[in-house]
Amino acid sequence: MDVRAVWAVFARNMDIFRRYWLNNLVSNFFEPFLYLLGMGFGMTRYVTGIDGMSYTAFIAPGIVASTAMFAATFESTFGTYVRMVFQKTFDAIIATPVNVEEVAVGELLYGAAKAGIVGIIILAVVELFGFVPQWHASALLVPLVAVVVGLLFSSLGMTAATLVPQIDHFNYYITLFITPMFVFSGIFFPLGGLPNGVQAVAWFTPLMHAVRMSRELVFGQWTHVAADALWLTVVTAALVWPPVVLLRRKLIR
Amino acid sequence: MGAENAGGQKDPAVWARGLTKRYGEFLAVRGVDFAVRRGECFGVLGPNGAGKSTTMKMIYGRTPPTEGKLRILGMDARADMRRIKARIGVVPQEDNLDPDFTVIQNLLVFGRYFGLPRRTAAERAERLLEFVGLAERREARVEKLSGGMKRRLVIARALINDPELLILDEPTTGLDPQARQLVWSKMRELRSRGVTLLLTTHYMEEAARMCDRLVIMDQGRILAEGSPDQLIEEHAGPWTAEILLPPDRHEEARRLLDTGSRDVAGGRKREAIRGWESAEDRLLVYTMSAEEARAVGERLRHAGLGGAGFFSRPTTLDDLFLRLTGRTLREG
Ligand SMILES: Nc1ncnc2c1ncn2[C@@H]1O[C@H](COP(=O)(O)OP(=O)(O)O)[C@@H](O)[C@H]1O
Ligand SMILES: [Mg+2]
Repeated sequence: MDVRAVWAVFARNMDIFRRYWLNNLVSNFFEPFLYLLGMGFGMTRYVTGIDGMSYTAFIAPGIVASTAMFAATFESTFGTYVRMVFQKTFDAIIATPVNVEEVAVGELLYGAAKAGIVGIIILAVVELFGFVPQWHASALLVPLVAVVVGLLFSSLGMTAATLVPQIDHFNYYITLFITPMFVFSGIFFPLGGLPNGVQAVAWFTPLMHAVRMSRELVFGQWTHVAADALWLTVVTAALVWPPVVLLRRKLIR
Repeated sequence: MGAENAGGQKDPAVWARGLTKRYGEFLAVRGVDFAVRRGECFGVLGPNGAGKSTTMKMIYGRTPPTEGKLRILGMDARADMRRIKARIGVVPQEDNLDPDFTVIQNLLVFGRYFGLPRRTAAERAERLLEFVGLAERREARVEKLSGGMKRRLVIARALINDPELLILDEPTTGLDPQARQLVWSKMRELRSRGVTLLLTTHYMEEAARMCDRLVIMDQGRILAEGSPDQLIEEHAGPWTAEILLPPDRHEEARRLLDTGSRDVAGGRKREAIRGWESAEDRLLVYTMSAEEARAVGERLRHAGLGGAGFFSRPTTLDDLFLRLTGRTLREG
């Protein structure tokens, strides 16, 4: 694995990101912003605060984490698939000294970076609009959570990308896996009120840990931070390699 | 062969022995042997499905060989692919330019894959755009380019690392005649600068005009190897008598020519017929010279055969292919 080769792949995608920054802005930030505005302002009147915070403040950290998840997911599913199958970008790259593994890792790192950038911007929006009146300095670690979430979901998405027979199969992946996670990860309501079985299932989903960790970091509570960080690190480390191996299997015959 | 891994100037550009590619049960390339010399233009001529692209893909490291030996620029294709790739350029059959980028960006991004310093890449990119006549389209999006321009851009992109060996898989397929001429002139220019060219084509004309030496490939096998003239000389004859004749009379014509050749003794030199081929309503007779070809036509006409049409013309690679495979290149 040559670091410069990985960098070249990463940099190619970053060039595209810069070139289409407005498009990226609209597709990645607008929706979470709407959630914050709509759900936050709309619900705050009916919900008198959860765990002693306003409803907007309650959902904001989770929205940062889920935005990172969505950014990495779309990039590594549709984005990777288009580059791999329709644009033949990977074919062009592996005719140079860059090999398939370096393409895979460059793509994954790009997904992580994009998630991090998106996370930072949502966090800035949260600050700008005063959605969270008082936050703790540990909130500055939330972008790091976004990067890890990005790497994790890029790995899952790219695994899917190497396995789906057609691009529209990503719809199954997103509706059956990503969206339920978004709803039941504790972004919009505390999971404590749900049946034990649901809570147990939630424990196995990455987003639940990312949401809880982000929230605790924003509010300076450290109850689960270490456990969640460990969970996310171990799972990410385990999920990174399958897509690297699978991409070679898919491209080299 | 030079020392292991030497990669020196004396090693052939490409050297293949028993090179084989199997996709599942299907043998796409069946043990081919060939060598490409430094500085020459070497062609692989064959119909669709012959295994040309598969052979190229093994050479530029896109697909691993199933069996056989393969050395490129003196290095082993299995062990040294990264170093090999740094020194070759690839024009794949399918254009895979980056549609999200402009013309110039396509070159710069590629320079980065080769680890070129930014300045070097930028200088080369400008020169290459000049070379392929795309300097004015520098900022154009790739989608806005015509087919011929895209092809030229792919060629420029393949040259960003200043390769010793340029592999072109069907460089002019799908281009109009004018665009094709332009690509050919660029290829000739590269060759005169000492770049080794390895190209595949199913255009007889392209192979004949561009290649110093070529192999004829069909169904995963190499059927013949040599310079275009040498191949024609060896496997047919330089002149062809082409007679329009209903297929059911070909046998009669052949018998006549056979005996005719034997009967003529003494003073007059008889036609040295090198072979024949029946192709639908055409009988092709290969001879050594224009006079002999004409004499063949003459004799048949006297016997009442081929009054409908007769040409004496130089033998082409198309004829050769027909002779080697029993099919024309165009039938594929
Ligand atoms: N990836 C592949 N999997 C299975 N068969 C293939 C693959 N690539 C090529 N082939 C088959 O191998 C044969 C040779 O293909 P190819 O090398 O592309 O021929 P050419 O370039 O001469 O037209 C064809 O019959 C083609 O269908
Ligand atoms: Mg081909």
